[in-house]
Amino acid sequence: MKLKSVLMATALSGVALGAQAQEVTVMSWGGAYTKSQVEAYHKPFTAETGIKINSVDADNPATPIKAQVEAGNVSIDVADVEFSDAVRLCDEGLIEPIDLSMLPAAPDGTPATEDFIEGALQDCAVGSIVWSTIYAYNSSNVDGTPTTIGDFFDTEKFPGKRGVRKSAKATLEMALMADGVPAGEVYDVLDTPEGVDRAFAVLDRIKDDIVWWEAGAQPPQLLADGEVVMATAYNGRIFNAAVAENQPLEVVWDGQILDFDLFVVPKGAPNKDNAMKFIAFSTDTQRLADQASWISYGPARKSSGELVGLFMDGKTQMGPHMPTAAANLENALVNNFEFWVDKDAELNERFNAWLAN
Amino acid sequence: MSDATANQLLTTADGKPLKSALARAERRARHRAFLLVLPLLAFILITFVTPIAQMLHQSVYNEGFTMHTEIGSGERTPIMVNIKEWFDQNPAGTEPDEAAFAALAEDMKTLRELRAAGSAGTRINYERSGTRSMFTKAARNANKLEPPFKEAFIDLDEDWTDPALWRVMRDASSAYTMNFYLAAIDLTKSPDGDITSVAQNRQVYVTLFQRTLFLSVLITFLTFALGYPVAHLLATLPLRYSNLLMILVLLPFWTSLLVRTTSWMVLLQSQGVINDALVGVGLLGDENRLQMMYNQIGTVVAMTHILLPFMVLPLYSVMRPINPSYVRAARSLGATSWTAFWRIYFPQTIPGIGAGALLVFILSVGYYITPALVGGASGQLISNLIAFHMQNSLNWSLAAALAALLLGGVLILYWLYDRLVGIDNLKLG
Repeated sequence: MKLKSVLMATALSGVALGAQAQEVTVMSWGGAYTKSQVEAYHKPFTAETGIKINSVDADNPATPIKAQVEAGNVSIDVADVEFSDAVRLCDEGLIEPIDLSMLPAAPDGTPATEDFIEGALQDCAVGSIVWSTIYAYNSSNVDGTPTTIGDFFDTEKFPGKRGVRKSAKATLEMALMADGVPAGEVYDVLDTPEGVDRAFAVLDRIKDDIVWWEAGAQPPQLLADGEVVMATAYNGRIFNAAVAENQPLEVVWDGQILDFDLFVVPKGAPNKDNAMKFIAFSTDTQRLADQASWISYGPARKSSGELVGLFMDGKTQMGPHMPTAAANLENALVNNFEFWVDKDAELNERFNAWLAN
Repeated sequence: MSDATANQLLTTADGKPLKSALARAERRARHRAFLLVLPLLAFILITFVTPIAQMLHQSVYNEGFTMHTEIGSGERTPIMVNIKEWFDQNPAGTEPDEAAFAALAEDMKTLRELRAAGSAGTRINYERSGTRSMFTKAARNANKLEPPFKEAFIDLDEDWTDPALWRVMRDASSAYTMNFYLAAIDLTKSPDGDITSVAQNRQVYVTLFQRTLFLSVLITFLTFALGYPVAHLLATLPLRYSNLLMILVLLPFWTSLLVRTTSWMVLLQSQGVINDALVGVGLLGDENRLQMMYNQIGTVVAMTHILLPFMVLPLYSVMRPINPSYVRAARSLGATSWTAFWRIYFPQTIPGIGAGALLVFILSVGYYITPALVGGASGQLISNLIAFHMQNSLNWSLAAALAALLLGGVLILYWLYDRLVGIDNLKLG
């Protein structure tokens, strides 16, 4: 009898605790990027609100959202997705509209709607960072200094394997820029069948030398292992490997492709209210600036810019490592989300067939 | 015993006829036995039969262009009803007239209200690439569309008069379709309904089916060639040695699949252990390192190793009870060692070979994680594309059609095996 009552009491208190413990599940891209979010957003958020955060990772969080919502079994509350995916998910009604008035104003009183850089606030998404796809090389394995996007696709000048993201997005644009298409015309060219053929023809030149990667943490690993001599990558991952882990990796900014990452809330998220709280908390001026001291991605708020200073090691200036630094923008392409919203399925289908044959 | 008792029915203590009491008791025992297997039966029904039936249904049924299901409330609204009516009234191949475009415009308004243009367009986009944006654009502008509707649509996009698009819409306006099976073998329908191949640069599935079949046969053969001598050794060594050897077979078997795959990555990569060793002893130049990963070699090597126990264990269990005196008798009667092996020993191991080969082959036909990690582009199998359509493109109908073809293929092979070898000859241990 006594044992039974003890058991009952334990079970009941367990239930009570379960009801009290609030949590939010946040899905991101893993590796150094998730770490920067955990340090800059998750820990302070839990400290302030007592709401526990489950951090989970995916190669691209937009894919599980679609699958979960369509299957009617949503376990994610907040996901970090790319611009074109955010717009498409919103179009298809797979993510919740976000009340932008809940976002805090900048310290000087500028309302959030004016403080965020253009495009970072969408009906269903709030931008957090500006990042870019660049290519990087391992300076101990490359003779000479690659400087242009063309060098990435030139295995005669720079022999060796190339790591490339297994996706049509960014890969095709880079191929066209390497073939001499100016950044401003890339999407016009890629919108024509001849342009697509041209991009694949450029990829054909290095097809046999490509090692494909899917998770953002892979390219710095492939480069450090010497498995490839050059790889396309998310710029922050290379920065962290080079500065925090002292790997001999160099970024080539020529032909970089800028994009946003945005927070979204899937339709039917189990903790929707806390998810919104988390988004409002994480995208205030100070948090965005804090994140930029953990990884070299630019904050999506103008007011965060002046607060960004040194990397966590206390000596590296973050400014020159940001994709938005003036010197890095000389030949840069801004990802055209409208193009990819429309063409993603079609070009990936072609891309898969090209890969398999 | 007296005659009276012999003529009386045998009864139980409470006076019921013994025969029926016995039958009832037996029936109860049968029911009880059935109750014992009921959990398993229910489990199989829920976790195996139902999903497979659902998958088969999904491969011929897609309501993306006929029904909109509100996420959350689950409320279902039929869509594209006007254009479906037009399709029903006009035979296939009819040039779309003003009435057709008017019906389409009406449906676009519904799509706009329901925010369903994306999913309806996606359904059409599966069969006609590049059309999704036409739907989202038309739905965005649905309220601005005015007669003449045909011109209004052409203003939005001149592809709206494309007969191929209208053929796809006609097919999609009924939820039941075989088109996903066509797509799964690189076929499509032309505007007038004939079945043709898709463009060369979009063909992918037939190649992958062939590659999957070829690699699976190769891997099955390799596991047999490597596993047969090991199993023989295990079966003939004295028990204390063979137990030790058995641990070596079982240890990798018990290790996580991911661990084994990643250890192969460590070994095979171009800066990996094998290449370093070859360069170290001077067999290879530093710049000529062998590419053993991110291609078919990687897939074959890693999968052969991972599936080896599935060949060795059934072989071992068949070889162990084979009486060594048969081979000795053959030898003493003058057979060469080869004849004794081939005519006496080998035939007795066929049930084990059959079981091992079937296991390895069926497992490798559906293998997914290892080719995804070490296969690169050329070492991908059909299951990787099925996963792609399940997770990325979300074309579940196509994924289901591909999976159903794979299932059908395996069943045919199973049937062939039954005809050639006999399923009774299968021995798993």
